[in-house]
Amino acid sequence: MGESVRAAVGVKVERPTLPGWARVCLRFASRHPLGAVGAVIILLMALAAVLADVLAPADPQASNYALMFQPPSAQFWLGTDVFGRDILSRLIYGSRTALLVGFTSSFVGATLGAIIGVSSAYFGGRVDLLIQRFMDVLLSFPLIVLALVVVAVLGTGTLNVTLAITIPMIPRCALVTRASALAIRETPYVTAAQAMGFSTTRIIFRHMLPNVMAPYLILVTAFLGQAILLEASLSFLGLGVAEPTPAWGLMLRGAAVEFAERAPWMAIFPGLAISASVFGFNLFGDSLRDALDPKLRTG
Amino acid sequence: MTMKRVSVCMIVLACLIIPAAMAAETPKAGGTMTFAVAETPPSFDGHRETTFAMLHPVAPHYSTLLRFDPENYPKIEGEVAESWTVSKDRLAYTFKIRKGIKFHDGSLLTARDVKVTYDKIIFPPEGVASARKAYYAMVEKVEAPDESTVVFRLKWPSASFLAQVASPWNFIYKADLLAKDLRWYEKNVMGTGPFTFVEYVPGSHWVGKKNPDYYVKGRPYLDGYRAIFIKDTAPRAAAIRAGQTLIEFRGFNPAVRDDLVRTLGNKIRVQESPWICNMTVAINNEKKPFDDVRVRRALTLAIDRWEGSKFLSQISIMKPVGGLMRPGSEFAAPEAELTKLAGFAKDSEASRKEARRLLKEAGVPEGFSFTLKNRNIKEPYEAVGVFVIDQWRKVGLNVTHQPQEGGPYFADLRGGNYETSIDFACDFMDEPDYQLIKFVSREKSPINYSRYTDPVLNELYEKQSRATDPKERLKLIRQFEKRVLDEEVYQFHVLWWQRIIPHWARVKGWTITPSHYLNQDLRDVWLAPE
Amino acid sequence: MVPTLLGVAVLVFLLLRVAPGDIVELKYAGVGAYVSQESMDQERAQLGLDQPLWKQFIDWIWGIVRFDFGASMWTGRPITYEIAIRLQLSLQLAIMATIVAVLISIPLGILAAFKQDTWVDYAVRVFSIAGLAMPSFWLGILMILGMLIFFRWLPPMFFTPIWVDPWANLSQLIWPALAVGYRYSAVATRMTRSSMLEVLREDYVRTARAKGLWERLIIVRHAMKNAMLPVVTVIGLEFAFLIGGLVVTEQVFNLNGIGKLFVDAITQRDYTMTQALVLVVSFTFIVVNFVMDLLYAWLDPRIRYQ
Repeated sequence: MGESVRAAVGVKVERPTLPGWARVCLRFASRHPLGAVGAVIILLMALAAVLADVLAPADPQASNYALMFQPPSAQFWLGTDVFGRDILSRLIYGSRTALLVGFTSSFVGATLGAIIGVSSAYFGGRVDLLIQRFMDVLLSFPLIVLALVVVAVLGTGTLNVTLAITIPMIPRCALVTRASALAIRETPYVTAAQAMGFSTTRIIFRHMLPNVMAPYLILVTAFLGQAILLEASLSFLGLGVAEPTPAWGLMLRGAAVEFAERAPWMAIFPGLAISASVFGFNLFGDSLRDALDPKLRTG
Repeated sequence: MTMKRVSVCMIVLACLIIPAAMAAETPKAGGTMTFAVAETPPSFDGHRETTFAMLHPVAPHYSTLLRFDPENYPKIEGEVAESWTVSKDRLAYTFKIRKGIKFHDGSLLTARDVKVTYDKIIFPPEGVASARKAYYAMVEKVEAPDESTVVFRLKWPSASFLAQVASPWNFIYKADLLAKDLRWYEKNVMGTGPFTFVEYVPGSHWVGKKNPDYYVKGRPYLDGYRAIFIKDTAPRAAAIRAGQTLIEFRGFNPAVRDDLVRTLGNKIRVQESPWICNMTVAINNEKKPFDDVRVRRALTLAIDRWEGSKFLSQISIMKPVGGLMRPGSEFAAPEAELTKLAGFAKDSEASRKEARRLLKEAGVPEGFSFTLKNRNIKEPYEAVGVFVIDQWRKVGLNVTHQPQEGGPYFADLRGGNYETSIDFACDFMDEPDYQLIKFVSREKSPINYSRYTDPVLNELYEKQSRATDPKERLKLIRQFEKRVLDEEVYQFHVLWWQRIIPHWARVKGWTITPSHYLNQDLRDVWLAPE
Repeated sequence: MVPTLLGVAVLVFLLLRVAPGDIVELKYAGVGAYVSQESMDQERAQLGLDQPLWKQFIDWIWGIVRFDFGASMWTGRPITYEIAIRLQLSLQLAIMATIVAVLISIPLGILAAFKQDTWVDYAVRVFSIAGLAMPSFWLGILMILGMLIFFRWLPPMFFTPIWVDPWANLSQLIWPALAVGYRYSAVATRMTRSSMLEVLREDYVRTARAKGLWERLIIVRHAMKNAMLPVVTVIGLEFAFLIGGLVVTEQVFNLNGIGKLFVDAITQRDYTMTQALVLVVSFTFIVVNFVMDLLYAWLDPRIRYQ
């Protein structure tokens, strides 16, 4: 029997529908086209990072002195750098470093910050005051200043740079999540949990934290862009990731600038990569904020 | 008849052209020269500092007892000293001080000033730092028997003593000022040099003005100079290109040179010279497996210096291949001998095969991993680091590069907290006493960071330092070199540096020397009109 | 304010002492020379580095209280002198960058608010996010290269105060001010846009428009003043963050400012200088926030009466 007949008879007709998450994505994309663009950029970057071994045409660390400063060609799509290494491959592997450092530092920083902020709000009183004061102290350092001091203490290298970027993120997240947590602390939801005698840890982790998801997600995406830029700046100053690791900020350092006239592709492509990725994260983060928190809607 | 006419014509022409040509090269007085300096000076005291960042802006204010003739390196000529004699037993050096040299405040320079200056350098009292004091261990005392004579009495004869006195760091200071405060010169300037001090804005610029009472009549040609501090290479090169600075005295890498030549054509003159600076790999002889000489030999055999030179010289300032003494100097090993040392052979395949064999014999597994520490300065340190790691990769070693900030780098190097590390050395002259001290046992040499003791090397060093016969000395140096680079391989050289100075052609009267510490008093420099 | 500053002081003091690397070793790490251990120890004693930590801290704090920051461990000069010569440049740069940011963000933000959801709106948002996304040192490098290659011109490489030679001064600082200002206009543009949008939706504006009063007058007097509140806050916050942005920009443009001094001080392990600079920066942060609070109160009478 035809569908229409079935429908007329009143039998429920099952249309093939998209799974729930796909529908959410489509709705998001149609309402926030710029955010969709951002999401696509992020996706491309993530793919490049994960599939680097497959996508990259050459070994990013293989120097070949005979092929220094090659302009973009069929063999080297984006040209070669000062040691004869393929720039495209280094860019692709560089996304891995960028995402690793960026994601780890913003995720860890935001999570730690959220825990601290929520706990601070929950405990209130003197504990809250103390934690707030300490966060104030950390906040009065500009981002890069604190990162520089941490690098001075710990040394350079990928792990230390990640730590150096994570630490300034923590108080910024703590501040925002604390504000949200304060709002829900007095709700019956939480007082009921207290009345039922749940442990503090349980209340914080299972009842309060999930409710600050919205600002948390927004902060993570906002920080990701910042983290990538900060890593690039630190590497540019010589205090970040070390040669011969492929990393975008590192590729802009030194050789790129001095040889920029003879080989402009060395300076242009890594800069574009950084800009594009931070751009993507910002676009996406903006639209995410619009979608998740109507109060903060920019219109 | 015609021949006579022709010759007359030629003579007339010659009389017209030659003076014209010479006039083009006659120094003209006037003008202010602006040059760039990469770092700012920590203090102004030449006896205490070890950085070019002090020497370049400050040297024009001072004179030294002797100096290197810039046109004829390594010939030494007198500056404050008019002449000198050496006693037959070579234990007394007597210098006659020129009359009429005035300090910038008008007072006359006498032998007493020289004596007090050298007392400060050689026998500094507590609280006064003298960076090169240890090189004067052979001096017993300094005397000033009269106003224009200074006598140095030595404990033993030294081949290098005269050159030490010509050191560009040994500014002659005023005795009265030192009597008041031995540290006065750290923050103040009062010398006898061709330029007087005008102003210093920390981090920004240093200005000097012509000294009208300079003892060499007619010099300096310049009215003054201005040193601008530009830390990064890119703006420093850009400043030369835009003509805001006319010259920079350390040098640039070949790419900058090529850019400048390409864009400015014959307005730029390039002077090049091998440099008495080199990069070495320091090996921590106390750490396993580097205590095994086979592993150390493998490390140096893996490096193809000739190929490295060919390519690195295109992107960085590294070029000459040499052993412990600068290639091209009188003490250098001729190529035939050099290629016999481990790692200096031209056949890199054979060397690397040997390296692999040695590693296997020593029980080092394929893919063995260790770290190479380095300074986080891109040129040339990081370039060398990447090159060396690349070469070690070719013999199956997996090395992690660890560039560090200056502070931790030196701390780790001195403290032995490293496995391998890039190290460097720069001197102001080709003098085995200077270049070889690094390789002597660590108890005797504070700049030996590789942590080993070798009495044979100590003995060879002493012998060559006191050798009076140049041929004998060379033989000893070769033995020393062979032991360090070939037999024991405690630490080794990678490449020496090449000094490349592209400068505006209108800067005349400055000739490049193998050291960026020499010829910096600017007294013969003049500017041709634009 | 004081406890925060004290906390900053303690934190910085401790962190620096933990960092590996010693200024005396760094000073004498030079080439072709070696300095004996006693000389280095003497030097350390002179710098006060052999004292127990708590004593060093007390000495320093006591000095701060009397406005005596001490001397730089690297050059031996008074820190107030070293900072003062560079502060002029950095302050001027910060102010110029803020002016650039305001000149970009406010007109663009208002424009985007009026043309909401049109291509103009999207273009403005893309433009402003691009400002956030581009590394400022990359922008600076491209600027210098562009000027050099296309115009064969370079901004002056050393600083002249504006009252000595305004042309030299401005031709040096306008470029980094543009690079940094563009970056900081990003957030302010979006803030202007969103707060303008909110205000445009307000009842009193709609009523006024419906009544047909002169639109311009309404907008200027009512809407702008209220829209400016969050914008002023953001600009105030961003001004304080400018100091961080200066650090890298000064390297690229070779500016002898506080940012470069800071990087040098940390690299050289010049404890006294770094500590002093961090205190100065934190103090500036706090003062700027305070000024912003006052400004906020002035602009919004509702807050004043709280």
